[in-house]
This record gives sequence, structure tokens and C-alpha cells, in this order.
Amino acid sequence: MSEIDEALRNELQRQGVWVTSMQELYNWGRKNSIWPLQFGLACCAIEMIATAASRYDIARFGGEVFRPSPRQADLMIVAGTVTKKMAPQIVRLYNQMPDPKYVISMGACAISGGPFKQGYNVLKGIDRYIPVDVYIPGCPPRPEALLHAFMELQRKIDSQKLTGASRAEHLDPAEPSEFPVPSFGEHDLEPPANRDVFHPAKIERQS
Amino acid sequence: MESLDEIKARIEDAVPGAKIDIVPNPGPANQPSLLIDNEHAPAIAQFLRDDPALRFDFCSNVTGVDWLDRTVKKTVKVKKLIDGEEKEVTETTEEHFPGYLEAVYHLYSMTHKQGPVIIRMRTADRVAGARLPSLTSIWRSAELQEREIFDLYGIRFEGHPDLRRILMWDEFVDHPMRKDYREPDDYEYEPTPHDDVLEKAKQHYAPRPQLDGAEQITAKL
Ligand code: SF4
Repeated sequence: MSEIDEALRNELQRQGVWVTSMQELYNWGRKNSIWPLQFGLACCAIEMIATAASRYDIARFGGEVFRPSPRQADLMIVAGTVTKKMAPQIVRLYNQMPDPKYVISMGACAISGGPFKQGYNVLKGIDRYIPVDVYIPGCPPRPEALLHAFMELQRKIDSQKLTGASRAEHLDPAEPSEFPVPSFGEHDLEPPANRDVFHPAKIERQS
Repeated sequence: MESLDEIKARIEDAVPGAKIDIVPNPGPANQPSLLIDNEHAPAIAQFLRDDPALRFDFCSNVTGVDWLDRTVKKTVKVKKLIDGEEKEVTETTEEHFPGYLEAVYHLYSMTHKQGPVIIRMRTADRVAGARLPSLTSIWRSAELQEREIFDLYGIRFEGHPDLRRILMWDEFVDHPMRKDYREPDDYEYEPTPHDDVLEKAKQHYAPRPQLDGAEQITAKL
């Protein structure tokens, strides 16, 4: 599957010939029909609901089919505070989603624990257990921000390769599509983070 | 509504042996409360609910309070005779108050549109004696809130129909709202630490590379 020269393709299109590639067609179909998993966790979920309703209308981007079953969903929008008691269920739902699957981490809570970061009961970011594709900061992010994240995700899907060494993760059998579910410990979740997934930024600091 | 003193007097008439104190509240809210003894608490609660003039039929809120051990230092100036002369001496006395846990109930009356009346119960201590009688049999609305107090403060409510943890998971061992609770240390990534969070985050800083000893070599002249 060789890449077509952009100029040549435009020229052909002007003559009424539409040339495409398997990859483009496939990704075009996937990115315009992303079905999110229907669940919300806290205040951010209200903004997600607003995004799905008529004023912001996520249907314009092909994401209006919120599925109540992980088996039918492509996208997990982690909208809100993930308590430690809830975290194993989120990971389990993620594991139950079929490949290809994507995660949007919506709001300060889902990214880092947000206003509850220093508390005892809130997970400090869902990226400790599952890989996240798009992060949206905000408390809560506006519906426009969620739509922006959605478009970012579409851009990502569009650029994913189907073959070759840099192909998309879900086409690589070596890449895991399920992650260990943390268990409830005496003081915290065990393990507190999955080191294979969680790679926080390294900050050089003087002590 | 009757004043708290009147209510107190009427309870003492109705429930023989009941020991009730009025706990003043010096804060701006100025809501004094009734400290009731644990042994008679169910009878007192029943009286508050069923007395035709009071009818506190709605328990809107139950909450816990943790009081740690306290030592109060008092400095007083006293006049003393020293060597036949009267002198002013400052004396410091230390008073030790052992800690305890408290459950606070806010009561309203739907029938008479009055309230709140606040009642408190105190445990004997913060460890094995952290027990109180449950008032769920009087006010059904206390059930979940007493469970929450059990979960977060560790007060065991005797006679509660279903005393399990409610917010934390069952395997959890601590009581997170107690003042001496220390949360697990999972602050390894903190973008802008400050104050005590900074102190905590420092423990996770990567150690600086060991010096290789070169700095100790001095030129021999
Ligand atoms: S980020 Fe803010 S709005 Fe969103 S769930 Fe957390 S507290 Fe609520």
C-alpha cells in the first residue's frame, strides 16, 4: 500500500476520479462512528450529558450512540471523580471493551484526582491503571472541550497505521488489551499504580 | 419551642435516672446542645420523638466528632506567703483530658415545624470503648448515617441492624476521619508541591547522583 502523491490525487479528483487507500477508508469509517460507553462518575458527567444533548450535539461527530454495555463500546469517557472503591470496576469495564478501544480522561479528577488529590479516597488519575488517549483539563471542562477532545481522538484514529512496525496497538498482538484489576488492600489499592502503564512526567528537583 | 432548659427538665422527669448536660456553643451559631448519657439514650430519644409538645420526628443529620487527648495548661497568679512576705507567684497547672468520640444528632419536628434540637453522645474512649447505643430504632433515617460514622470514625453502634462500612471497602482497616489518621503515601508525582505536601513529596525525589570522590582530590604542591 503505497502513499499517493497529494498533488496527483487532487488532480485526479478534479477529473472525477476518487482515489483512496484501504487504510484511509477504514479509518474514515471508524473515526466517524465512535460509540462511547454510557457511564458517568461525578459532576463532569453532567457536562458529558450536555455534550450529548441537542445544544452541543455530539451526534455531529458520530459519537451519539452511548452504549450501556462495554461489549458494544469503542470509547470510554472517564467523566468525573474515580474513587478508589470505583477504580477496579473501571478497569474491569475497560477490559471488557473489545479492541480497538480508546479512553478520554475528562476533567481534573480523572486526570490527577483534582480537588481531591490530597484526600484518602480518590484515585489520583485513571492513567495509573489504564492507558489514556486524550486528557481534558478543567473542573469541569465545558462541552466544547469534550468535543475538542473527541476531534483530537478522531485525528488520532485517522493517523493510525494498519500495517507495518508502527501500526495501531490493537493490531499488534504483542500489545496488551487488558490490564490487571487492582484489589482492595488494607490501606490503599494494591498495587497503587500499574507501573507498566503509569509513566508520570519526570521532574528534576533539588531536595 | 420550649427552651433547652425546659426540655432538659422535662426529660429528667420523664426518664428517671437520665443524666443530661447542656453543652454551650460559643461560636456565632450559638446552638447549644444536650449531652445525654449512653445508658438512657434510647429512652430519651423515644421521649423526644413521642412527646406531644416536642415531636422531634425527623432526624435530619447525624455526624461524628473526634476529640483527641488534650492537655490544657492554666497559668494563674496566686498570692503566697514566702518567708513571711506576701508575694505574687505564677502557678501553672496542667489538666489532662482523655480523648473520646462523639455522635451528634440534629432533630426537627415536622408536626410542629420546630427545631433543631441537637443531642450528643460521647464514647468512653477512642479505642475499645468506642461504643454507643444506636438510635436507628427511633429514627430510621439514622441507619445509613450511623454506618457512615462507624466507617469514618470507628464508633460501634450497638443495636444497629446492619453495621457495615459504607464508603470505604470492607477490607479497609482505618477510620479516615479521625484526626490522627495518616493517608497512604501515594504522592510520587506532584507538579506543584508546597507545605506539608512538599515535605512528603521530597521523600520521593530521586537521590542526586553520588559524587565520585573527585572533589576530595586536592593538588599537592
Ligand atoms: S474535575 Fe471538577 S467537575 Fe469534574 S468531576 Fe472533578 S470536581 Fe467534578
